[in-house]
Amino acid sequence: MPARLVELLQHLVNGLSVGTIYALIALGYTMVYGVLKLINFAHGDVYMVGAFSGYYLAGRLVPERAAGAPPPGLAGATLQAALVTLGAMAVCALLGLAIERFAYRPLRGRARLTSLITAIGVSLLLEYGFQLQPIRGLPVAFPPGPTPRFFPELLPRADWSLGGVSLSNYDVIGLAVAVALMIGLQLVVYRTRFGTAMRAVSFDPKVAALMGIPVDRIIAGTFALGSALAAAAAILNAVPRPQIHPLFGLLPGLKAFVAAVLGGIGSVPGAMVGGLALGLAEELVAGYTASSFKDAIAFTVLILVLLFRPDGLFGRARVEKV
Amino acid sequence: MSAAPLLEVRDLRVHYGAIEALRGVSLEVAAGEVVALIGANGAGKSTTLRAISRMIRATAGSVRLDGEELLRLPPHRLVARGLAHAPEGRGIFLDLSVGENLALGAWLRRDRAGVAADRARMHDLFPILAERRDQPAGTLSGGEQQMLAVARALMSRPRLLLLDEPSLGLAPQVVERIFGVLREVNRAGVALLLVEQNAHQALRLAHRALVLETGEVAMRGTGPELLASPEVRRAYLGE
Repeated sequence: MPARLVELLQHLVNGLSVGTIYALIALGYTMVYGVLKLINFAHGDVYMVGAFSGYYLAGRLVPERAAGAPPPGLAGATLQAALVTLGAMAVCALLGLAIERFAYRPLRGRARLTSLITAIGVSLLLEYGFQLQPIRGLPVAFPPGPTPRFFPELLPRADWSLGGVSLSNYDVIGLAVAVALMIGLQLVVYRTRFGTAMRAVSFDPKVAALMGIPVDRIIAGTFALGSALAAAAAILNAVPRPQIHPLFGLLPGLKAFVAAVLGGIGSVPGAMVGGLALGLAEELVAGYTASSFKDAIAFTVLILVLLFRPDGLFGRARVEKV
Repeated sequence: MSAAPLLEVRDLRVHYGAIEALRGVSLEVAAGEVVALIGANGAGKSTTLRAISRMIRATAGSVRLDGEELLRLPPHRLVARGLAHAPEGRGIFLDLSVGENLALGAWLRRDRAGVAADRARMHDLFPILAERRDQPAGTLSGGEQQMLAVARALMSRPRLLLLDEPSLGLAPQVVERIFGVLREVNRAGVALLLVEQNAHQALRLAHRALVLETGEVAMRGTGPELLASPEVRRAYLGE
Protein backbone atom coordinates (compact mmCIF):
# COMPACT_ATOMS: atom_id res chain seq x y z
CA MET A 1 0.00 0.00 0.00
CA PRO A 2 1.26 3.50 -0.68
CA ALA A 3 2.63 5.17 2.42
CA ARG A 4 0.15 8.03 2.28
CA LEU A 5 -2.80 5.67 2.24
CA VAL A 6 -1.36 3.68 5.14
CA GLU A 7 -0.97 6.92 7.06
CA LEU A 8 -4.53 7.96 6.33
CA LEU A 9 -5.93 4.58 7.35
CA GLN A 10 -3.90 4.70 10.54
CA HIS A 11 -5.38 8.08 11.39
CA LEU A 12 -8.86 6.78 10.68
CA VAL A 13 -8.33 3.81 13.00
CA ASN A 14 -7.04 6.05 15.77
CA GLY A 15 -9.76 8.62 15.18
CA LEU A 16 -12.52 6.03 15.35
CA SER A 17 -11.06 4.61 18.53
CA VAL A 18 -11.14 7.99 20.26
CA GLY A 19 -14.38 9.01 18.57
CA THR A 20 -16.34 6.09 20.00
CA ILE A 21 -15.24 7.16 23.48
CA TYR A 22 -16.46 10.71 22.85
CA ALA A 23 -19.68 9.34 21.40
CA LEU A 24 -20.43 7.21 24.47
CA ILE A 25 -19.82 10.13 26.81
CA ALA A 26 -21.74 12.52 24.56
CA LEU A 27 -24.79 10.26 24.77
CA GLY A 28 -25.03 10.94 28.50
CA TYR A 29 -24.92 14.70 27.97
CA THR A 30 -27.48 14.63 25.23
CA MET A 31 -29.96 12.31 26.97
CA VAL A 32 -29.88 14.29 30.19
CA TYR A 33 -30.21 17.51 28.24
CA GLY A 34 -33.16 15.95 26.43
CA VAL A 35 -35.18 15.25 29.57
CA LEU A 36 -34.02 18.11 31.82
CA LYS A 37 -32.72 20.81 29.45
CA LEU A 38 -29.66 20.81 31.71
CA ILE A 39 -26.02 20.42 30.73
CA ASN A 40 -24.78 18.03 33.40
CA PHE A 41 -21.26 19.38 33.72
CA ALA A 42 -20.46 16.67 36.26
CA HIS A 43 -20.75 14.07 33.50
CA GLY A 44 -17.03 14.10 32.65
CA ASP A 45 -16.33 13.37 36.30
CA VAL A 46 -18.78 10.48 36.28
CA TYR A 47 -16.58 9.15 33.48
CA MET A 48 -13.57 9.58 35.78
CA VAL A 49 -15.37 7.74 38.58
CA GLY A 50 -16.11 4.98 36.08
CA ALA A 51 -12.41 4.53 35.42
CA PHE A 52 -11.61 4.39 39.14
CA SER A 53 -14.47 1.98 39.81
CA GLY A 54 -12.95 -0.30 37.18
CA TYR A 55 -9.53 0.19 38.75
CA TYR A 56 -10.72 -0.85 42.21
CA LEU A 57 -12.84 -3.71 40.91
CA ALA A 58 -9.95 -5.01 38.84
CA GLY A 59 -7.75 -4.74 41.93
CA ARG A 60 -10.14 -7.10 43.76
CA LEU A 61 -10.77 -9.42 40.83
CA VAL A 62 -7.30 -9.55 39.24
CA PRO A 63 -5.04 -9.04 42.24
CA GLU A 64 -2.38 -11.69 42.08
CA ARG A 65 -1.03 -11.41 38.55
CA ALA A 66 2.25 -9.88 39.68
CA ALA A 67 2.80 -12.60 42.28
CA GLY A 68 3.56 -15.10 39.54
CA ALA A 69 0.20 -16.84 39.35
CA PRO A 70 -0.47 -18.23 35.88
CA PRO A 71 -2.48 -15.88 33.66
CA PRO A 72 -6.19 -16.68 33.82
CA GLY A 73 -6.40 -17.75 30.17
CA LEU A 74 -8.26 -15.81 27.52
CA ALA A 75 -11.74 -16.94 28.53
CA GLY A 76 -11.09 -16.13 32.18
CA ALA A 77 -9.57 -12.77 31.34
CA THR A 78 -12.49 -11.90 29.09
CA LEU A 79 -14.92 -12.79 31.84
CA GLN A 80 -12.98 -10.65 34.31
CA ALA A 81 -12.88 -7.74 31.89
CA ALA A 82 -16.62 -8.03 31.33
CA LEU A 83 -17.28 -8.16 35.09
CA VAL A 84 -15.08 -5.13 35.70
CA THR A 85 -16.87 -3.19 32.96
CA LEU A 86 -20.35 -4.15 34.13
CA GLY A 87 -19.40 -3.43 37.73
CA ALA A 88 -18.11 0.03 36.85
CA MET A 89 -21.29 0.69 34.86
CA ALA A 90 -23.39 -0.31 37.87
CA VAL A 91 -21.39 1.92 40.23
CA CYS A 92 -21.78 4.89 37.89
CA ALA A 93 -25.47 4.21 37.36
CA LEU A 94 -25.90 4.49 41.14
CA LEU A 95 -23.76 7.62 41.20
CA GLY A 96 -25.92 9.12 38.44
CA LEU A 97 -29.06 8.31 40.43
CA ALA A 98 -27.57 9.90 43.53
CA ILE A 99 -26.50 13.06 41.69
CA GLU A 100 -29.95 13.45 40.17
CA ARG A 101 -31.75 12.78 43.42
CA PHE A 102 -29.71 14.95 45.75
CA ALA A 103 -28.22 17.67 43.54
CA TYR A 104 -30.73 18.31 40.75
CA ARG A 105 -34.17 17.13 41.84
CA PRO A 106 -34.43 19.58 44.77
CA LEU A 107 -33.86 22.38 42.24
CA ARG A 108 -36.47 21.25 39.72
CA GLY A 109 -38.65 24.14 38.69
CA ARG A 110 -36.12 26.74 39.82
CA ALA A 111 -34.17 29.00 37.49
CA ARG A 112 -32.07 26.97 35.08
CA LEU A 113 -28.91 28.78 36.08
CA THR A 114 -29.25 27.34 39.59
CA SER A 115 -28.98 23.80 38.26
CA LEU A 116 -26.09 24.72 36.01
CA ILE A 117 -24.12 26.14 38.92
CA THR A 118 -24.97 23.04 40.96
CA ALA A 119 -23.66 20.87 38.10
CA ILE A 120 -20.33 22.67 38.30
CA GLY A 121 -20.39 22.22 42.08
CA VAL A 122 -20.94 18.46 41.75
CA SER A 123 -18.11 18.35 39.23
CA LEU A 124 -15.69 20.09 41.59
CA LEU A 125 -16.82 17.91 44.48
CA LEU A 126 -15.93 14.75 42.58
CA GLU A 127 -12.68 16.12 41.16
CA TYR A 128 -11.35 17.36 44.46
CA GLY A 129 -12.98 14.74 46.65
CA PHE A 130 -11.08 12.09 44.72
CA GLN A 131 -7.82 13.94 45.36
CA LEU A 132 -8.11 13.60 49.13
CA GLN A 133 -5.81 11.20 50.92
CA PRO A 134 -7.15 7.65 51.37
CA ILE A 135 -9.41 7.08 54.34
CA ARG A 136 -7.86 4.67 56.86
CA GLY A 137 -9.53 1.35 57.43
CA LEU A 138 -11.14 0.91 53.99
CA PRO A 139 -10.37 -2.32 52.12
CA VAL A 140 -9.10 -0.27 49.17
CA ALA A 141 -7.11 2.96 49.10
CA PHE A 142 -10.01 5.36 48.57
CA PRO A 143 -10.09 8.24 47.72
CA PRO A 144 -7.17 7.64 45.37
CA GLY A 145 -5.43 10.98 45.95
CA PRO A 146 -3.87 13.17 43.27
CA THR A 147 -1.13 10.80 42.05
CA PRO A 148 -1.92 9.14 38.71
CA ARG A 149 -2.71 5.43 38.88
CA PHE A 150 -2.20 2.80 36.24
CA PHE A 151 -5.22 0.91 35.09
CA PRO A 152 -4.48 -2.83 35.13
CA GLU A 153 -4.24 -4.75 31.90
CA LEU A 154 -7.55 -6.56 31.79
CA LEU A 155 -6.74 -8.47 28.62
CA PRO A 156 -3.38 -9.39 27.11
CA ARG A 157 -2.65 -6.97 24.31
CA ALA A 158 -2.18 -8.26 20.79
CA ASP A 159 -0.87 -6.02 18.00
CA TRP A 160 -1.42 -6.68 14.38
CA SER A 161 -0.20 -5.00 11.26
CA LEU A 162 -2.56 -4.97 8.30
CA GLY A 163 -0.56 -3.81 5.28
CA GLY A 164 1.33 -1.39 7.47
CA VAL A 165 -1.66 -0.12 9.47
CA SER A 166 -1.13 -1.12 13.07
CA LEU A 167 -4.12 -2.26 14.96
CA SER A 168 -4.53 -3.88 18.36
CA ASN A 169 -7.17 -6.14 19.80
CA TYR A 170 -7.98 -3.21 22.11
CA ASP A 171 -9.02 -1.11 19.11
CA VAL A 172 -11.18 -3.90 17.75
CA ILE A 173 -12.79 -4.80 21.07
CA GLY A 174 -13.30 -1.15 21.96
CA LEU A 175 -15.03 -0.45 18.68
CA ALA A 176 -17.14 -3.60 18.89
CA VAL A 177 -18.26 -2.91 22.46
CA ALA A 178 -19.00 0.73 21.73
CA VAL A 179 -21.03 -0.12 18.64
CA ALA A 180 -22.90 -2.82 20.55
CA LEU A 181 -23.71 -0.35 23.35
CA MET A 182 -24.93 2.25 20.88
CA ILE A 183 -27.14 -0.28 19.08
CA GLY A 184 -28.43 -1.40 22.47
CA LEU A 185 -29.16 2.18 23.46
CA GLN A 186 -30.92 2.81 20.17
CA LEU A 187 -33.16 -0.19 20.89
CA VAL A 188 -33.86 1.04 24.41
CA VAL A 189 -34.74 4.54 23.21
CA TYR A 190 -36.88 3.55 20.23
CA ARG A 191 -38.29 0.15 21.12
CA THR A 192 -39.09 0.08 24.84
CA ARG A 193 -41.72 1.60 27.09
CA PHE A 194 -38.98 3.39 29.01
CA GLY A 195 -37.51 4.80 25.80
CA THR A 196 -40.85 6.03 24.53
CA ALA A 197 -41.50 7.66 27.90
CA MET A 198 -38.04 9.23 27.80
CA ARG A 199 -38.69 10.75 24.38
CA ALA A 200 -42.09 11.98 25.53
CA VAL A 201 -40.60 13.62 28.65
CA SER A 202 -37.92 15.12 26.48
CA PHE A 203 -40.51 16.72 24.20
CA ASP A 204 -42.84 17.96 26.95
CA PRO A 205 -42.68 16.76 30.57
CA LYS A 206 -46.05 18.27 31.50
CA VAL A 207 -47.93 16.49 28.77
CA ALA A 208 -45.93 13.32 29.50
CA ALA A 209 -47.25 13.46 33.08
CA LEU A 210 -50.80 13.71 31.69
CA MET A 211 -50.17 10.32 30.06
CA GLY A 212 -49.37 8.88 33.49
CA ILE A 213 -45.62 8.82 32.91
CA PRO A 214 -43.75 9.23 36.23
CA VAL A 215 -41.52 12.02 35.00
CA ASP A 216 -39.11 12.02 37.95
CA ARG A 217 -38.48 8.32 37.63
CA ILE A 218 -37.84 8.60 33.89
CA ILE A 219 -35.36 11.42 34.52
CA ALA A 220 -33.59 9.32 37.16
CA GLY A 221 -33.44 6.37 34.78
CA THR A 222 -31.96 8.61 32.11
CA PHE A 223 -29.20 9.69 34.49
CA ALA A 224 -28.46 6.06 35.36
CA LEU A 225 -28.32 5.05 31.71
CA GLY A 226 -26.09 7.95 30.64
CA SER A 227 -23.75 7.44 33.60
CA ALA A 228 -23.42 3.72 32.86
CA LEU A 229 -22.42 4.53 29.28
CA ALA A 230 -19.81 6.98 30.57
CA ALA A 231 -18.38 4.22 32.77
CA ALA A 232 -18.18 1.87 29.80
CA ALA A 233 -16.40 4.58 27.83
CA ALA A 234 -13.97 5.05 30.73
CA ILE A 235 -13.04 1.36 30.81
CA LEU A 236 -12.70 1.18 27.02
CA ASN A 237 -10.42 4.20 27.16
CA ALA A 238 -8.41 3.19 30.23
CA VAL A 239 -7.44 -0.21 28.87
CA PRO A 240 -5.32 1.14 25.98
CA ARG A 241 -4.46 4.48 27.70
CA PRO A 242 -4.05 3.32 31.29
CA GLN A 243 -3.03 6.46 33.17
CA ILE A 244 -5.95 7.67 35.29
CA HIS A 245 -6.23 10.45 37.85
CA PRO A 246 -9.05 12.48 39.43
CA LEU A 247 -8.91 15.30 36.88
CA PHE A 248 -8.66 13.19 33.79
CA GLY A 249 -12.39 13.34 33.06
CA LEU A 250 -12.25 17.07 32.51
CA LEU A 251 -10.99 17.25 28.94
CA PRO A 252 -12.86 14.22 27.54
CA GLY A 253 -15.95 15.57 29.29
CA LEU A 254 -15.66 18.95 27.61
CA LYS A 255 -14.89 17.38 24.25
CA ALA A 256 -17.83 15.02 24.50
CA PHE A 257 -20.00 18.01 25.33
CA VAL A 258 -18.76 19.62 22.10
CA ALA A 259 -19.56 16.36 20.29
CA ALA A 260 -23.09 16.46 21.67
CA VAL A 261 -23.53 20.08 20.55
CA LEU A 262 -22.07 19.24 17.14
CA GLY A 263 -24.57 16.42 16.71
CA GLY A 264 -27.42 18.56 18.01
CA ILE A 265 -27.89 18.53 21.77
CA GLY A 266 -30.82 16.32 22.71
CA SER A 267 -30.39 14.04 19.69
CA VAL A 268 -29.23 10.48 20.36
CA PRO A 269 -28.01 9.70 16.82
CA GLY A 270 -26.48 13.18 16.79
CA ALA A 271 -24.30 12.39 19.81
CA MET A 272 -23.01 9.25 18.12
CA VAL A 273 -22.19 10.99 14.86
CA GLY A 274 -20.83 14.05 16.66
CA GLY A 275 -18.50 11.92 18.77
CA LEU A 276 -17.12 10.01 15.82
CA ALA A 277 -16.75 13.18 13.74
CA LEU A 278 -14.89 14.94 16.53
CA GLY A 279 -12.55 12.00 17.13
CA LEU A 280 -11.73 11.80 13.44
CA ALA A 281 -11.30 15.56 13.08
CA GLU A 282 -8.90 15.67 16.03
CA GLU A 283 -6.83 12.81 14.77
CA LEU A 284 -6.66 14.08 11.19
CA VAL A 285 -5.76 17.63 12.14
CA ALA A 286 -3.19 16.43 14.65
CA GLY A 287 -1.78 13.97 12.13
CA TYR A 288 -1.50 16.33 9.18
CA THR A 289 -0.64 19.60 10.90
CA ALA A 290 0.79 19.70 14.39
CA SER A 291 -0.29 17.47 17.25
CA SER A 292 -0.26 20.43 19.62
CA PHE A 293 -3.43 21.64 17.84
CA LYS A 294 -5.29 18.53 18.88
CA ASP A 295 -7.06 19.89 21.94
CA ALA A 296 -7.91 23.13 20.18
CA ILE A 297 -9.94 21.32 17.53
CA ALA A 298 -12.88 20.54 19.74
CA PHE A 299 -13.26 24.12 20.83
CA THR A 300 -12.84 25.46 17.31
CA VAL A 301 -15.62 23.09 16.29
CA LEU A 302 -17.76 24.36 19.17
CA ILE A 303 -17.32 27.96 18.11
CA LEU A 304 -18.06 27.17 14.47
CA VAL A 305 -21.17 25.15 15.30
CA LEU A 306 -22.49 27.83 17.61
CA LEU A 307 -21.86 30.49 14.96
CA PHE A 308 -23.22 28.74 11.91
CA ARG A 309 -25.48 25.92 12.98
CA PRO A 310 -26.45 26.25 16.64
CA ASP A 311 -28.94 23.37 16.35
CA GLY A 312 -26.12 21.00 15.38
CA LEU A 313 -26.13 18.43 12.61
CA PHE A 314 -29.24 16.57 13.77
CA GLY A 315 -30.94 19.38 15.64
CA ARG A 316 -34.38 20.24 14.40
CA ALA A 317 -35.94 23.60 14.70
CA ARG A 318 -39.30 22.90 16.29
CA VAL A 319 -42.24 24.31 14.47
CA GLU A 320 -45.63 24.10 16.10
CA LYS A 321 -48.53 23.80 13.74
CA VAL A 322 -51.56 25.89 14.51
CA MET B 1 -78.69 16.68 39.83
CA SER B 2 -77.90 13.48 41.73
CA ALA B 3 -75.99 13.35 45.00
CA ALA B 4 -72.23 13.11 44.44
CA PRO B 5 -70.73 14.72 41.37
CA LEU B 6 -67.85 12.99 39.53
CA LEU B 7 -65.75 16.16 39.57
CA GLU B 8 -66.16 18.81 42.20
CA VAL B 9 -64.07 21.98 41.97
CA ARG B 10 -64.31 24.35 44.91
CA ASP B 11 -62.99 27.90 45.04
CA LEU B 12 -60.05 27.19 42.71
CA ARG B 13 -57.47 29.97 42.59
CA VAL B 14 -54.41 30.33 40.37
CA HIS B 15 -51.83 33.09 40.33
CA TYR B 16 -49.42 33.94 37.56
CA GLY B 17 -46.93 35.98 39.54
CA ALA B 18 -48.93 38.81 41.05
CA ILE B 19 -51.86 38.34 38.70
CA GLU B 20 -54.77 36.31 39.95
CA ALA B 21 -55.90 34.37 36.88
CA LEU B 22 -58.58 32.35 38.65
CA ARG B 23 -60.47 34.02 41.46
CA GLY B 24 -62.28 31.17 43.11
CA VAL B 25 -63.92 29.06 40.42
CA SER B 26 -66.36 26.38 41.56
CA LEU B 27 -67.98 23.86 39.29
CA GLU B 28 -69.27 20.32 39.19
CA VAL B 29 -69.43 17.67 36.53
CA ALA B 30 -71.68 14.66 37.08
CA ALA B 31 -70.86 11.24 35.72
CA GLY B 32 -71.69 11.15 32.01
CA GLU B 33 -72.40 14.86 31.84
CA VAL B 34 -71.07 17.42 29.35
CA VAL B 35 -70.18 20.78 30.85
CA ALA B 36 -68.91 23.62 28.68
CA LEU B 37 -66.78 26.54 29.80
CA ILE B 38 -67.17 29.54 27.57
CA GLY B 39 -65.83 33.04 27.80
CA ALA B 40 -63.51 35.53 26.18
CA ASN B 41 -59.79 35.09 25.67
CA GLY B 42 -57.97 35.36 28.98
CA ALA B 43 -61.08 34.68 31.05
CA GLY B 44 -59.39 31.69 32.67
CA LYS B 45 -60.95 28.77 30.78
CA SER B 46 -57.71 26.99 29.88
CA THR B 47 -56.24 27.89 33.25
CA THR B 48 -59.15 26.10 34.93
CA LEU B 49 -58.48 22.90 32.98
CA ARG B 50 -54.74 23.12 33.49
CA ALA B 51 -55.14 23.59 37.22
CA ILE B 52 -57.50 20.59 37.43
CA SER B 53 -55.07 18.33 35.56
CA ARG B 54 -52.09 19.78 37.47
CA MET B 55 -50.25 21.16 34.47
CA ILE B 56 -50.09 24.31 36.57
CA ARG B 57 -50.17 24.72 40.32
CA ALA B 58 -53.31 25.99 41.96
CA THR B 59 -52.70 28.45 44.79
CA ALA B 60 -55.85 27.52 46.67
CA GLY B 61 -58.98 25.50 46.39
CA SER B 62 -59.98 21.92 46.04
CA VAL B 63 -60.45 19.54 43.13
CA ARG B 64 -62.14 16.27 43.96
CA LEU B 65 -62.70 13.36 41.64
CA ASP B 66 -65.11 10.88 43.20
CA GLY B 67 -64.43 12.58 46.51
CA GLU B 68 -60.64 12.15 46.28
CA GLU B 69 -58.58 15.34 46.47
CA LEU B 70 -56.54 15.59 43.26
CA LEU B 71 -54.42 18.57 44.27
CA ARG B 72 -52.53 16.37 46.70
CA LEU B 73 -51.64 13.69 44.12
CA PRO B 74 -48.56 13.85 41.89
CA PRO B 75 -49.73 14.86 38.39
CA HIS B 76 -48.90 11.51 36.79
CA ARG B 77 -51.34 9.72 39.09
CA LEU B 78 -54.40 11.46 37.68
CA VAL B 79 -54.83 9.43 34.52
CA ALA B 80 -55.09 6.23 36.54
CA ARG B 81 -58.00 7.86 38.44
CA GLY B 82 -59.88 8.25 35.17
CA LEU B 83 -59.00 11.80 34.21
CA ALA B 84 -57.66 12.63 30.74
CA HIS B 85 -56.80 16.03 29.33
CA ALA B 86 -56.38 16.98 25.68
CA PRO B 87 -54.56 20.25 26.31
CA GLU B 88 -54.54 23.54 24.47
CA GLY B 89 -52.11 23.49 21.56
CA ARG B 90 -52.95 19.78 21.54
CA GLY B 91 -49.84 18.58 23.40
CA ILE B 92 -48.86 16.22 20.63
CA PHE B 93 -45.33 14.77 20.84
CA LEU B 94 -44.30 15.99 17.41
CA ASP B 95 -41.04 13.98 17.40
CA LEU B 96 -42.82 10.71 18.04
CA SER B 97 -44.79 8.76 15.49
CA VAL B 98 -48.57 8.98 15.32
CA GLY B 99 -48.78 5.40 16.57
CA GLU B 100 -46.47 6.12 19.51
CA ASN B 101 -48.52 9.15 20.47
CA LEU B 102 -51.66 7.06 20.46
CA ALA B 103 -49.95 4.31 22.46
CA LEU B 104 -48.80 6.84 25.07
CA GLY B 105 -52.44 7.54 25.89
CA ALA B 106 -52.58 3.94 27.14
CA TRP B 107 -49.12 4.02 28.74
CA LEU B 108 -50.36 2.77 32.10
CA ARG B 109 -52.73 0.12 30.80
CA ARG B 110 -51.65 -3.51 31.03
CA ASP B 111 -54.60 -5.07 29.22
CA ARG B 112 -53.02 -5.56 25.81
CA ALA B 113 -56.16 -6.90 24.21
CA GLY B 114 -58.22 -3.97 25.47
CA VAL B 115 -55.62 -1.48 24.25
CA ALA B 116 -55.52 -3.13 20.83
CA ALA B 117 -59.32 -3.00 20.63
CA ASP B 118 -59.34 0.68 21.60
CA ARG B 119 -56.65 1.43 19.03
CA ALA B 120 -58.75 -0.26 16.36
CA ARG B 121 -61.75 1.81 17.47
CA MET B 122 -59.72 5.05 17.22
CA HIS B 123 -58.58 3.99 13.77
CA ASP B 124 -62.23 3.51 12.82
CA LEU B 125 -63.19 6.92 14.19
CA PHE B 126 -60.20 8.66 12.62
CA PRO B 127 -58.88 6.58 9.68
CA ILE B 128 -56.10 9.10 9.05
CA LEU B 129 -54.43 7.95 12.28
CA ALA B 130 -54.15 4.43 10.88
CA GLU B 131 -52.82 5.64 7.55
CA ARG B 132 -50.18 7.82 9.18
CA ARG B 133 -49.31 5.64 12.15
CA ASP B 134 -45.58 5.37 11.36
CA GLN B 135 -45.10 9.02 10.42
CA PRO B 136 -43.84 11.62 12.87
CA ALA B 137 -46.85 13.34 14.41
CA GLY B 138 -45.28 16.67 13.42
CA THR B 139 -46.20 15.93 9.81
CA LEU B 140 -49.93 15.89 10.56
CA SER B 141 -52.09 18.89 9.74
CA GLY B 142 -53.64 20.89 12.58
CA GLY B 143 -56.97 19.09 12.29
CA GLU B 144 -55.30 15.70 12.20
CA GLN B 145 -53.28 16.59 15.30
CA GLN B 146 -56.50 17.55 17.05
CA MET B 147 -58.01 14.17 16.14
CA LEU B 148 -54.87 12.51 17.50
CA ALA B 149 -55.13 14.51 20.73
CA VAL B 150 -58.74 13.43 21.27
CA ALA B 151 -58.00 9.82 20.32
CA ARG B 152 -54.94 9.70 22.55
CA ALA B 153 -56.90 11.04 25.52
CA LEU B 154 -59.58 8.39 24.94
CA MET B 155 -56.96 5.62 24.88
CA SER B 156 -56.72 5.88 28.67
CA ARG B 157 -60.45 5.02 28.91
CA PRO B 158 -61.20 8.08 31.00
CA ARG B 159 -64.34 8.70 33.00
CA LEU B 160 -63.79 12.43 32.61
CA LEU B 161 -62.17 14.06 29.60
CA LEU B 162 -60.97 17.67 29.72
CA LEU B 163 -60.93 19.20 26.25
CA ASP B 164 -59.29 22.51 25.51
CA GLU B 165 -60.43 24.21 22.32
CA PRO B 166 -60.92 21.09 20.22
CA SER B 167 -62.20 23.19 17.32
CA LEU B 168 -59.53 25.90 17.31
CA GLY B 169 -58.40 26.80 13.82
CA LEU B 170 -60.10 23.85 12.16
CA ALA B 171 -62.17 23.66 9.01
CA PRO B 172 -65.93 23.40 9.68
CA GLN B 173 -66.22 19.82 8.46
CA VAL B 174 -63.36 18.75 10.77
CA VAL B 175 -65.09 20.52 13.66
CA GLU B 176 -68.30 18.66 12.84
CA ARG B 177 -66.41 15.39 12.78
CA ILE B 178 -64.71 15.97 16.12
CA PHE B 179 -67.91 17.08 17.80
CA GLY B 180 -69.64 14.04 16.31
CA VAL B 181 -67.07 11.81 17.95
CA LEU B 182 -67.38 13.68 21.25
CA ARG B 183 -71.15 13.19 21.20
CA GLU B 184 -70.61 9.47 20.61
CA VAL B 185 -67.99 9.25 23.36
CA ASN B 186 -70.32 10.98 25.78
CA ARG B 187 -73.15 8.66 24.85
CA ALA B 188 -70.83 5.81 25.89
CA GLY B 189 -70.69 7.34 29.37
CA VAL B 190 -67.60 9.58 29.39
CA ALA B 191 -68.13 12.93 31.09
CA LEU B 192 -66.70 15.95 29.27
CA LEU B 193 -65.49 19.29 30.54
CA LEU B 194 -65.12 21.34 27.43
CA VAL B 195 -63.48 24.70 26.85
CA GLU B 196 -64.53 26.32 23.61
CA GLN B 197 -64.29 29.55 21.71
CA ASN B 198 -66.91 28.11 19.40
CA ALA B 199 -69.71 28.70 21.89
CA HIS B 200 -72.38 27.60 19.46
CA GLN B 201 -70.98 24.10 19.03
CA ALA B 202 -70.17 23.84 22.73
CA LEU B 203 -73.61 24.89 23.95
CA ARG B 204 -75.36 22.52 21.58
CA LEU B 205 -73.33 19.60 22.94
CA ALA B 206 -73.33 20.61 26.61
CA HIS B 207 -75.91 19.69 29.22
CA ARG B 208 -74.77 22.61 31.30
CA ALA B 209 -72.43 25.52 30.75
CA LEU B 210 -70.58 28.19 32.67
CA VAL B 211 -69.50 31.57 31.43
CA LEU B 212 -66.15 32.73 32.80
CA GLU B 213 -65.21 36.39 32.98
CA THR B 214 -61.86 37.57 34.33
CA GLY B 215 -61.29 34.46 36.36
CA GLU B 216 -64.76 34.16 37.85
CA VAL B 217 -67.94 32.34 36.97
CA ALA B 218 -70.26 35.04 35.61
CA MET B 219 -73.21 32.89 34.61
CA ARG B 220 -74.37 29.28 34.77
CA GLY B 221 -77.18 27.41 33.16
CA THR B 222 -78.18 24.59 30.90
CA GLY B 223 -76.89 24.66 27.35
CA PRO B 224 -80.28 25.72 25.92
CA GLU B 225 -80.71 28.41 28.59
CA LEU B 226 -77.41 30.03 27.75
CA LEU B 227 -78.02 29.66 24.04
CA ALA B 228 -81.23 31.63 24.59
CA SER B 229 -79.66 34.25 26.86
CA PRO B 230 -79.40 37.66 25.18
CA GLU B 231 -76.11 38.48 26.95
CA VAL B 232 -74.49 35.26 25.83
CA ARG B 233 -75.80 35.70 22.30
CA ARG B 234 -74.38 39.20 22.16
CA ALA B 235 -71.01 38.45 23.78
CA TYR B 236 -70.14 34.98 22.50
CA LEU B 237 -72.34 34.10 19.58
CA GLY B 238 -71.60 37.25 17.63
CA GLU B 239 -75.13 38.63 17.50
